Amino acid sequence: MYPKDYRYTKEHEWIKVDGAIGTVGITDYAQSELGDVVFVEVPKVGTQLKGGQSLGTVESVKAVSEIFTPVSGEVTETNPALHDAPEKINSDPHGSAWLVKLRLADPKEVSSLMDAAAYEAYIADKAKEH
Amino acid sequence: MSSKFTEIESSAPAIRKVRPHPNQNEGLIFERSAAGKRGMEIPPLDVPAVDPVAALGREFVRDGIEGFPEVSEIEVIRHFTRLSTWNYAIDLGMYPLGSCTMKYNPRVNEFVARLDGLATEHPEQPGEISQGCLRILWDLQNCLLAVTGMDAATLQPAAGAQGELAGLLMIRAYLASKGNPRKKVLIPDSAHGTNPASVVIAGYEVQNIRSNARGQIDTDHLREFVTDDVAALMLTNPSTLGVFEERIAEIAEILHSKGALLYMDGANMNALAGVTRPGDFGVDVMHLNLHKTFSTPHGGGGPGSGPVMVKKILEPFLPIPVVVKKENGQFALDQNRPQSIGRVRAYCGNFGVLLRALAYTLAYGPGIRKATEDAVLNANYIRKNLEEYFDLPYNLPSMHEVVFSDARQKRNGVNTMDMAKRLIDYGFHPYTTAFPLIVPGAMMIEPTESESKIECDLFIDAMRSIAAECDENPDLVKTAPHSTRVGRLDEVAAARKPILRWKP
Amino acid sequence: MRYLPKSQSEREEMLASIGVQSVDELFQSIPEKFRLKTPLPLPGPLSEMEIIQYFQARAAENSQGYTSFLGAGVYQHLRSVVTDALVQRGEFLTSYTPYQAEFAQGTLTAIFEFQTLMSQLTGQEVANASMYDGSTALTEAVLMAERLTDRHKVLIARSVHPEYRQVLATYAKNLGLEIEEIGYTPSGQLDRSSLTAEKLAGVGAVVVQSPNFFGVLEELPGLADAAHAAGALLVTCITEPVSLGIVRPPAEADIVAMEGQAFGVSPSYGGPYVGVIATREKFVRQMPGRLAGQTTDAAGRRGFVLTLATREQHIRREKATSNICTNEALYALVATIHLTLMGKEGLREVALQNLAKARFAQAELEKIPGVRRVFSGPTFNEFVLEFPRSVKMINSALLRVKIVGPFALGTHYPELTKRALICVTETMPRTEIERFVAATKKILESPV
Repeated sequence: MYPKDYRYTKEHEWIKVDGAIGTVGITDYAQSELGDVVFVEVPKVGTQLKGGQSLGTVESVKAVSEIFTPVSGEVTETNPALHDAPEKINSDPHGSAWLVKLRLADPKEVSSLMDAAAYEAYIADKAKEH
Repeated sequence: MSSKFTEIESSAPAIRKVRPHPNQNEGLIFERSAAGKRGMEIPPLDVPAVDPVAALGREFVRDGIEGFPEVSEIEVIRHFTRLSTWNYAIDLGMYPLGSCTMKYNPRVNEFVARLDGLATEHPEQPGEISQGCLRILWDLQNCLLAVTGMDAATLQPAAGAQGELAGLLMIRAYLASKGNPRKKVLIPDSAHGTNPASVVIAGYEVQNIRSNARGQIDTDHLREFVTDDVAALMLTNPSTLGVFEERIAEIAEILHSKGALLYMDGANMNALAGVTRPGDFGVDVMHLNLHKTFSTPHGGGGPGSGPVMVKKILEPFLPIPVVVKKENGQFALDQNRPQSIGRVRAYCGNFGVLLRALAYTLAYGPGIRKATEDAVLNANYIRKNLEEYFDLPYNLPSMHEVVFSDARQKRNGVNTMDMAKRLIDYGFHPYTTAFPLIVPGAMMIEPTESESKIECDLFIDAMRSIAAECDENPDLVKTAPHSTRVGRLDEVAAARKPILRWKP
Repeated sequence: MRYLPKSQSEREEMLASIGVQSVDELFQSIPEKFRLKTPLPLPGPLSEMEIIQYFQARAAENSQGYTSFLGAGVYQHLRSVVTDALVQRGEFLTSYTPYQAEFAQGTLTAIFEFQTLMSQLTGQEVANASMYDGSTALTEAVLMAERLTDRHKVLIARSVHPEYRQVLATYAKNLGLEIEEIGYTPSGQLDRSSLTAEKLAGVGAVVVQSPNFFGVLEELPGLADAAHAAGALLVTCITEPVSLGIVRPPAEADIVAMEGQAFGVSPSYGGPYVGVIATREKFVRQMPGRLAGQTTDAAGRRGFVLTLATREQHIRREKATSNICTNEALYALVATIHLTLMGKEGLREVALQNLAKARFAQAELEKIPGVRRVFSGPTFNEFVLEFPRSVKMINSALLRVKIVGPFALGTHYPELTKRALICVTETMPRTEIERFVAATKKILESPV
């Protein structure tokens, strides 16, 4: 379920690193908690972000969820498909529903994120809390 | 479309509240339009006609209003009458909506608001010919001051949210006059959404404070949180759980000792009028919602009115104009107030709403306490008779409203929204769902004093029946309502691809 | 008490069911020292008849029997009794905000129609379900422009309604919004020449009113171009929307704020009225206030719901587009019913009558020696005249013959003393216009 080559945050974002570029999205767990996604808002291309800063919002009918960037970097691309089809986040959260691509400021930051196994354990614990 | 509500075994008289909504295939008024039809004719012109192109210039004249409807008078009457039959209303039955205080809207209030000489008055007309309007404002102001135990008032804000803003701006002006406006306002996590939104517009930072295990303000935490940076605490009392803040005196003392102020959101005043006065228990500034406690009609979403009552220290900062009585006995609107925060809206306020609130207050007089007692009686009666069926997250004395949660029914996959929708099939408007935020799956119920014992019993029976359905037939509840003109509407599609107007 | 539907024995039954002896026990959670021991000193209780008498007595102390030439943001227009007959239906009057869409389709359908009518009238793409009034609608429109452009400077015409500008100033004070006023020319319109590149630098919104407070129509296309060239938005406000019956709509504006009182809402000494914001579809997520949207249920039936609620305070809380919750829904319904009764041709005809009567009155008044037109720009149903004496003095004398004289501009514009804003609508009979002219002439002829 959770791609092994991705890294994950406690706030349920994932990042896939390809050299100096990281692709960021939200996880399947996040989208199932949110429900049907109706709107996505992300920062403009060129925005500089520090790890943990706001990467925009994902909205359902009754709630707004803030997204946080897993790492520091500059936004190089945003996903045009999400404007017309925000529901992709529900159907393909790890693939075609990526939110932004970042030019990593410090690739070392990625290593402090959870790997797939750690993330799966983390959300299993969360499920017990419910 | 069949009606699938279950037959209820009940000791109450066999009153069937539900009636299916007339299934008129009424479209939009635009869909009934045809060129040349008129709904209103006006007296002929008694001066020479003027050609608009000659008078204004071609570039200022429009070519008709595209798509604007053309229908006859009877079509307008039928269209809107049919639409009205698709609504629920207080005139039909109870709205158990917590914190909304959906009480009876007295009809004499509508009559007096429409009187020639009241409905017709222009806000800019001279004071000499406005003494009647000004006296109405003055008399209402005095009534509201008596009810709240405060010193001065503004009647200008158009709704509770605007009252909150005006109150916060006065707090800021007062603190600024003492040398430091400060930075933050404390808001409990059980607060209504307008509270933090208003704080931000007033230029303050919101600091959320957690309620304690009793759903009340944790006074030890409060002591820590109230620093010299804190301008005020915004408190709803009774809280949105319907519980009186038992330590209110201590809360006020903590704030005042640090030079901060206590703002009270008066949305729940229906539990207090005639029984206690916020001015007595330490409140410095508060707003009232006349469309809640004071019976003015909700009208499908508004208008409202949010007068703000203040202690003497804040009086200089009231918005302009302020209603005053001069030495010669004449009433006036005083604009000459150098420390005022300014205007929060044009003119003196929602006069028509203020007038209705005065009519309501005059009907009760000192007996207004009885309304409060009946409101609290109804809420407690309903609570007592539903306690065995629904989870009660905070087992504290309820005032005018009670908050249950869907914890028990959740085990069968039914949540508060589902049960609320099923309540529609029993002829009631849903209670407030999913608020306050500190109660997951909240079911906030406020009957108000306008409900008879029979209506309360019918409500109790309905809720008990729904609780049983959650065990025996949860799908029936999850797919409710079954008896309305339309079923559950697709809100997701409405938000993804908004269609916000008719197009030909 | 007639509003309380319980008998004493029913109360006792209920107390017994709860398990308490008296209702006082239910108030124990209020600290004893704060519980009142005596009834509040309120006037009343009054029977229905006494309540009516009280208010009739107040009505008699106001302006019955007077003829008024006041406009200045609030307008006397013809309204049909059909409107009240419909809005007094309990299903409209006493119903709640339509959060539970399934049985509030009456309200929601009417809101959708209101949004459509407002869009059609203003030439904009979408409109909301109402704001409190024109003054707060304008303020919220300016704040919306600030969010959209991320710029914190606003240029506003002095010819925008003075109270509207005051409201904006009150809201803007703590939001870091810088407001600069732009003057007017002898035409009464915004001084375009002062919209230099320097002045427009960093500006998020250029704000005008049309017809403006002087009754003069602004040239919006040119202003829109100037604003857009500098990356600013054009925000326009309309206090007299009956003008839209014949006047070209502000389609070039980016955001339109309107006061809908002229559409069948009584003047009622200042409120309740109905504000509205209309704008382009691409800005809708920054628009405050409720919105009704079309959708379907599972069986494919068309229905309407409140939508895009994530903009609003009950979800977004401190990050909401506005703190507005309760709006002016019932008065939006009044406007909707009024406009559907009027229809396309009715609104046009009323607007033409306003134009004709105002021009007639103006021509007659200008015949009086010493009375002069002030602004050269085109006007609708309000115009400014200069008088040889103080307007206050003239108005006192007019009041004695039961005429409420025009608005003295000197109150808000120190440079415009002895100038007054006269409003003439379709409700003004020719005989009253002539009486006003004759009375004014007589006053000006008499010794000071």
